[in-house]
Amino acid sequence: MTTPLLAVDDLSISFGANGRTHHIVSNVSLRLGAGQTLGIVGESGCGKSTLAGALLGRLPGGTEVNDGRVSVAGHDLFRSSARQLRALRGGTVALVPQNAGHALTPTMRVGRQMREVLTLHRDLSGTAADEEAARLFAQVRMPQPEMLLTRYPHELSGGQQQRVGIALALAGAPRLLVLDEPTTGLDVVTQAGVLDLLATLRAELGLAMILVSHDLGVIASTCDRVAVMYAGRIVETGPTTRLYDAPGHPYTRALLASVPSIAEPGLPADLPGSPPKPGGTVTGCAFAERCPVVQAQCRTGDAPPLRAIDDDTRAACLRAEEVRDLPPERRPVHLRPEYAEQSTLVSLRGVEIRYRSGGPPTVADLDLDIRRGETLALVGESGSGKSTVAWTIAGLRAPSAGTVTFAGTDDLTRLVGARPASLRRRIQTVFQNADTALNPRRLVREAVGRPLRLFRLAGRNDVAARTDALFTDVGLDPSYQHRLPAQLSGGQRQRVGIARALAAEPDLVLADEVVSALDVSVQAAVLRLLDRVRTEHDSTYLFISHDLAVVRSIADRVAVLYLGRLCEIGDVADVFAGPSHPYTRLLLGSVLDPRPPASDMDGHAASRPVEEPESAPPAAGCPFQRRCPHAIEGLCDTATPPWRQTDTTHRIRCHLDLEDLARA
Amino acid sequence: MMTLSGAGRRRWGAVAGVLTGSRSTLIGFVLVGAHLVLALAAPVLAPYSPIVNNGALPIDAPSLAHWAGTDQLGRDVLSRTLYGGRLALTDTALATIGVIIVGTAVGCLAAYWRGWFDEVVMRIVDAVLSVPTILALLVVVTVAGSGTWVLMLAVTTVYAPAVARVVRAAALEVIPLDYVTAARARGERAFAVLSREVLPNILDVVLVETAMRASWVVLLISSLSFLGFGADPPSPDWGLMVAENRSMLAVAPWASLAPIIALATLVIGLNLAADGLAKSLGVDRMRGGVA
Repeated sequence: MTTPLLAVDDLSISFGANGRTHHIVSNVSLRLGAGQTLGIVGESGCGKSTLAGALLGRLPGGTEVNDGRVSVAGHDLFRSSARQLRALRGGTVALVPQNAGHALTPTMRVGRQMREVLTLHRDLSGTAADEEAARLFAQVRMPQPEMLLTRYPHELSGGQQQRVGIALALAGAPRLLVLDEPTTGLDVVTQAGVLDLLATLRAELGLAMILVSHDLGVIASTCDRVAVMYAGRIVETGPTTRLYDAPGHPYTRALLASVPSIAEPGLPADLPGSPPKPGGTVTGCAFAERCPVVQAQCRTGDAPPLRAIDDDTRAACLRAEEVRDLPPERRPVHLRPEYAEQSTLVSLRGVEIRYRSGGPPTVADLDLDIRRGETLALVGESGSGKSTVAWTIAGLRAPSAGTVTFAGTDDLTRLVGARPASLRRRIQTVFQNADTALNPRRLVREAVGRPLRLFRLAGRNDVAARTDALFTDVGLDPSYQHRLPAQLSGGQRQRVGIARALAAEPDLVLADEVVSALDVSVQAAVLRLLDRVRTEHDSTYLFISHDLAVVRSIADRVAVLYLGRLCEIGDVADVFAGPSHPYTRLLLGSVLDPRPPASDMDGHAASRPVEEPESAPPAAGCPFQRRCPHAIEGLCDTATPPWRQTDTTHRIRCHLDLEDLARA
Repeated sequence: MMTLSGAGRRRWGAVAGVLTGSRSTLIGFVLVGAHLVLALAAPVLAPYSPIVNNGALPIDAPSLAHWAGTDQLGRDVLSRTLYGGRLALTDTALATIGVIIVGTAVGCLAAYWRGWFDEVVMRIVDAVLSVPTILALLVVVTVAGSGTWVLMLAVTTVYAPAVARVVRAAALEVIPLDYVTAARARGERAFAVLSREVLPNILDVVLVETAMRASWVVLLISSLSFLGFGADPPSPDWGLMVAENRSMLAVAPWASLAPIIALATLVIGLNLAADGLAKSLGVDRMRGGVA
């Protein structure tokens, strides 16, 4: 038997605290041959990143290997000398860190950082090193690689920084690349570009890859095999497609069910609870607490062993065979309001918003109606101006032209300070980043109670009772209100943020990327919560997102923005049925569905992005002309495109007519 | 700037731990504490009046009766130094509070309002900071005359701009965060936003600034008295004592030495305490732009 490129045998990693041993990684075994790809997936806190570090012989401070070994090309990493380890790292196995922007030294030119690696691992210097650096940058498809050598990291976009991080990892000509969340935090379109690059590199260089991610879609699009981690153990492993089609472990099944899909409408299933903290004593299966098919014997004895359930798939569940045969989860679709009877709540007409007076408009020529009782999704990449629109409605930024009215009468072009309290109360915001949306020095009770007092919605004696009710309403135990934000998980903080918005009894809730920073399982729960309270409180949502799958699951209507210009709008079902604006098609093609619909993928593949998002629109014509595969010279770059109305609620702003769009 | 964002109670527990954990921090707090106790107990501890002359015993070397000797007018140096501590600490406390309140208010508002207010305030700050401190102070004192309240005003004018700049920098990091935006979107007034949302999160910066400025204020007030623009004789002000007795430094060094030692220990104590606070609260004084 030949030595595998990577062999992890029965690896356990723990840290000691308060005289006890807490396991972060338990009994993990992996094999990877040359050119193979493996995805490691799981929620935050399941030990994925610790395992990824261990594959390079690196452990977080205070932790140690209790048992087992990690061998790369036959060398045991934790028994190698520092010298051997240095040769192995970079030379045989290389890491692409989670946030390449932070991993690059800000004061050093990119070329010099690359030369350091080349000198260390390949003994290159002078022009030879420069030529090799340029070749590597070209290999990761950076435009103008020679120019890049003299750039500083901050002069590059997020996607470019990630590419430089990959190029640095490739510099030592490794045979195995370990990627820790390589696309987290990137825009969908940029993410698709980076993943595309990884697939190309794998084909060109025969690289083996281990990709750690919480995103099942990312893994599906890059990895042949997948290992699902839960509470420090691998609970299921097998070929990606087979595992995704018929998961044998209830955790895998629940994770898959929690991913919103662009292929089917309806809300994803939520997975209540959270992974156990390292250090808790668990008898039996660690997932038992959250498992829908748990039995008495799951809670006794040792953790269930990873056992073969067919020739290539192994799962750590006593009932894996039964779980595989369960029918797929049904996704509930909420009842859409009837628009014919709906009145308009917010109306934007000819709105233009500039960040600096005299500067280019961030949003221009925007006509948009938000109807009472609906969830309107505003979609686009970062920089598309979707948050700017929300800020204008919230009264934090005044439009430079156009009218914005609320309920037909109130003028929303006024800033928040000029609006009467009754109007301020009726528009509330839920923020993207639950970490910064709550004051770290104040109890969460105060965050929720403040609007009650400010808008006099509760008397002095009722505030506590109302706050209790609001916490219960968003699915939090009222005892949590005496905590500081740091003592809550991300999902719980987001629930507090929602409770704070609901406290004001708003008519309109502006939800700005509220689920994009959350784990999939938590994301599903928050989406369900939002949809439920929307119905119960009879309010209206402006839901801002870059993720079309999330939008499909919760929104009634979609509006697509590109560089602050509206390019498509309509009911969710109509927009997803097509035909689509070329930009919408680009966004759709970038969504990574763990279980891609078989027929659809070929059509999207053609519009795979090749470049970074733009920052400013062209002087005239269609804003999307420079990235559009169907741009017509002499037309798209001179004339503003007309609106095309389909026979449904769906409108597209494009020079191509509807038949051409359907064919394109 | 903020490395500690955890639970309030645990946080202060941790702070107490660091304060006593580092030896130099502990020395700083002990020194400042000792000065406070001595100043409070001065009427009990001082063996003689700090003011009344004793013509019979001028320039007497330290003895059992006069531990720190007497000055040229026969006054007990120890008693004068003890009473001088009361003056130094009261003036410093008042002036520092003035500096911090004005500096914090102006810095917060500049960061919150931005625009022309910020622009104007920061240019004024630049202007004040470009003038040597003691020179600026002399100008104020010469124009407005002497007296405690004039002194407070003068010190505030000179030091509040530096505080304003540091606080503004700290506030600018907090104000773009979503919880502040949320408060603004609710329509909270500037005062409510700043006091409820911003100030609690830059309190560590303000605390460190307070301790640091206090040590500068002590020195500044003493320097003024030394130059003859602060306290008037026969007040037992330390700066004044050094000035009065410096001509006899060769003959009667004790008369100058006692107030100098008192002043030095207080300044060193405040400095050590400020550094300790900065470390334990995770305030990066260099990045905070301390002028």
